Amino acid sequence: MKRNFEDDKKNMVVVEGSYAVADAVKACRPNVISAYPITPQTHIVEDLSQFIADGEIPNCEYLNVESEFSAISALVGSSAAGARSYSATTSQGLELMHEVLFNVAGMRLPVVMTVVNRAVSAPINIWNDQQDSISQRDTGWIQLHAEDTQEAADMTAQAFKIAEDPDVMLPVLACMDGFILSHVYEPVILLDEDLVAEYLPAFEPEFKLDPKNPKTFGAFADPHSYTEFRYLQQQAMNKALKTIEDAADEFYDLFGRHYGGLIDTYETEDADIILMAMGSIVGTIKDVVDKLRAQGVKVGVLKVRSFRPFPAEAIKNAIKGAKVIVALDKNISLGLNEGALFTETKGSLYNTNVNIPIIGFMIGHGGRDIPMSTMEAIVDEAKKVIDSGITVESQFTDLKEELL
Amino acid sequence: MKEIRIHGRGGQGSVTAAELLAVAAFADGKFSQAFPAFGVERRGAPVQAFTRINDDPIRLRAQVYEPDYVIVQDPTLLEVVSVESGAKDDGVILINSDFEPEHFDLNTNAKIMTVNATKIALDIIGRPIVNTVLLGAFAGASGLIDPESIKDAVKERFPGKVGEKNAEAIQKAYDMMTEA
Repeated sequence: MKRNFEDDKKNMVVVEGSYAVADAVKACRPNVISAYPITPQTHIVEDLSQFIADGEIPNCEYLNVESEFSAISALVGSSAAGARSYSATTSQGLELMHEVLFNVAGMRLPVVMTVVNRAVSAPINIWNDQQDSISQRDTGWIQLHAEDTQEAADMTAQAFKIAEDPDVMLPVLACMDGFILSHVYEPVILLDEDLVAEYLPAFEPEFKLDPKNPKTFGAFADPHSYTEFRYLQQQAMNKALKTIEDAADEFYDLFGRHYGGLIDTYETEDADIILMAMGSIVGTIKDVVDKLRAQGVKVGVLKVRSFRPFPAEAIKNAIKGAKVIVALDKNISLGLNEGALFTETKGSLYNTNVNIPIIGFMIGHGGRDIPMSTMEAIVDEAKKVIDSGITVESQFTDLKEELL
Repeated sequence: MKEIRIHGRGGQGSVTAAELLAVAAFADGKFSQAFPAFGVERRGAPVQAFTRINDDPIRLRAQVYEPDYVIVQDPTLLEVVSVESGAKDDGVILINSDFEPEHFDLNTNAKIMTVNATKIALDIIGRPIVNTVLLGAFAGASGLIDPESIKDAVKERFPGKVGEKNAEAIQKAYDMMTEA
C-alpha cells in the first residue's frame, strides 16, 4: 500500500511529534484526560491542557493529579462510567502506574495511554529505550509501537478503535520513542476531525457505572471464578489480533495511510537476513536495507507493531524463507541476557516447522544513538551465522569496554 | 539528502533554528526533519541540533555524523567542541565571528565561512540573539533554501514586531553572504 507523498505534501505541516499526537488525541474526542507531566512526555500534556483551556475539546475534563498513580486511578473511574479516557506517561511514571494497569485491564476498561518510551532508573536517564513499556508486558494491556510521528498520531485513533471494540474491551499502550519521535519536527498530516468521527464512533460500552442501574467492576472473584476471568482476558487478546489488522485496514480506507497491522515488512520477500525491531529504529534500518541491497546483500526488515498481543503467526509467515533472523531490542531481561522481542520470537517458533537461526542484539539503551554503521555491523554478524552458525546468541551492542 | 549540524550553547536557540530550518525547507517543497542532540537543557552548556533536508521522505533517525553544513553560533565553542568533526570535504562550516575565515585553523577540508551575526543582531534586533540571523547567512552561503521561506517561518513563530525585526536581520545576513 504505497503512499503518494507528493499528494500528501499538500496536507502536511511541520510540527513537533508531541503536537501531532496531542492533536490526534483531540480529534478522538476524549471525555477525560488525566496525566502527570514527566520528561519526555511533557509536551503532549502541555498541548492537551492548552487545547482544553482554549475550549477546543468539548465535553472533556482535564484532571490535574499529584502523581501517575492518581492519573491512572482516576481513569479507572472515568472509563467505568462510560467516558472515553486518555493518559500519557513514560518511564518511572509508567512504573508507578504498574499496579493499577492490571486493574484497568482486568476490569476491561478501554483506556488509551501514550507511552513516550524512556529508560528506567537507576541510574537516572531521561533518554529513549523501551524498557518502560516492555516491563508492562503482562499487565493485560495491548501494546503497539510506532515508527514515525505520523504513525504515532494515526495510531492514537487506531488505539481507541481497537480498545473499544466490543470483542476486545482492553486498554492500549500506544508507544513512541522518547525524544526521537516526541521532539522531532517533521511533516505530518494532522488528523481530520470529521474523518476521525467517521472512523471512531462514540464510546458506548455495554456495561458502565450508572447510579440508576448499579453495578460493580472488579470487586471480587474467588477461586471458583478467577481463572475464567483470566481466560477471558486472553480470549480478548486473541480477538485483538484480528481487530488490530482490521483497524489498520479501515484506517487505510478512510485516510489512505497504512503501516501494517500486527507487523509490517520491507524487502523481506527474498531476504536471507531479516532484522526485526519495534519503533523508530525501523526507519534507520530501512535506509540501511536500501544501502546494502544496492551492494547485493539480501536483507529486509520486519517491523513489529503489536508487541501485545504477540503476533507469532504473522511473524512466522513473514520470516520462514530467511536464512537468519536478527531481533533488535531496546530492553533487556536482566538475568536472561535477552531482549523481549528475541526471547518471544525464539519461543514462539520452537514447536513449529520453522527452524531458522535467530540472534539478538540489545541496542540503544538510555538514548545511545544508533548510527547506520552499527546496523551494518550487525548485518555482518548475521552473515557469519549463515556461513558458520551461531557463536553468540544474544549480546549488547556498541559496548564501551573502556568504561567497564 | 543534505544534513546540517548546528552548534550553540543552551539558551541560544539552536534547537529553534533547526526547527525553523525544517519548516522553511518544507515550504520550499522539500521533506525535512529537525531534532536536538537531546541533553539535560542547561543555559550555557554546549548543545547540538540537526536538520535534514531531502527530496524524499526522511526515515533515518540517527544523529548527524557527516554534515554537509555546520553552523556555529558561538565561536567560543571552538575551544571545547570539535565542530568540524565529520564535516564533508565539500561541506561548509559557517561561524558567527567578526574574524575572517583564515583566522580559524580547523582540521577539515570543508570551506570555512564567517559572518558577524552578533553585530547584525545587535544593530537590527537590538539583542545578541543570532540564531535566525545565521539562518539567513546559511541560506546565502548554501543556496539550499529560499530566504523568504526562512523569513516566513520566523515570522510565523514570532509574530509581530519581533518577527519583522528578525526578518530584516535575516535579509541583511543573506545579502552579506551572497554579495561577498
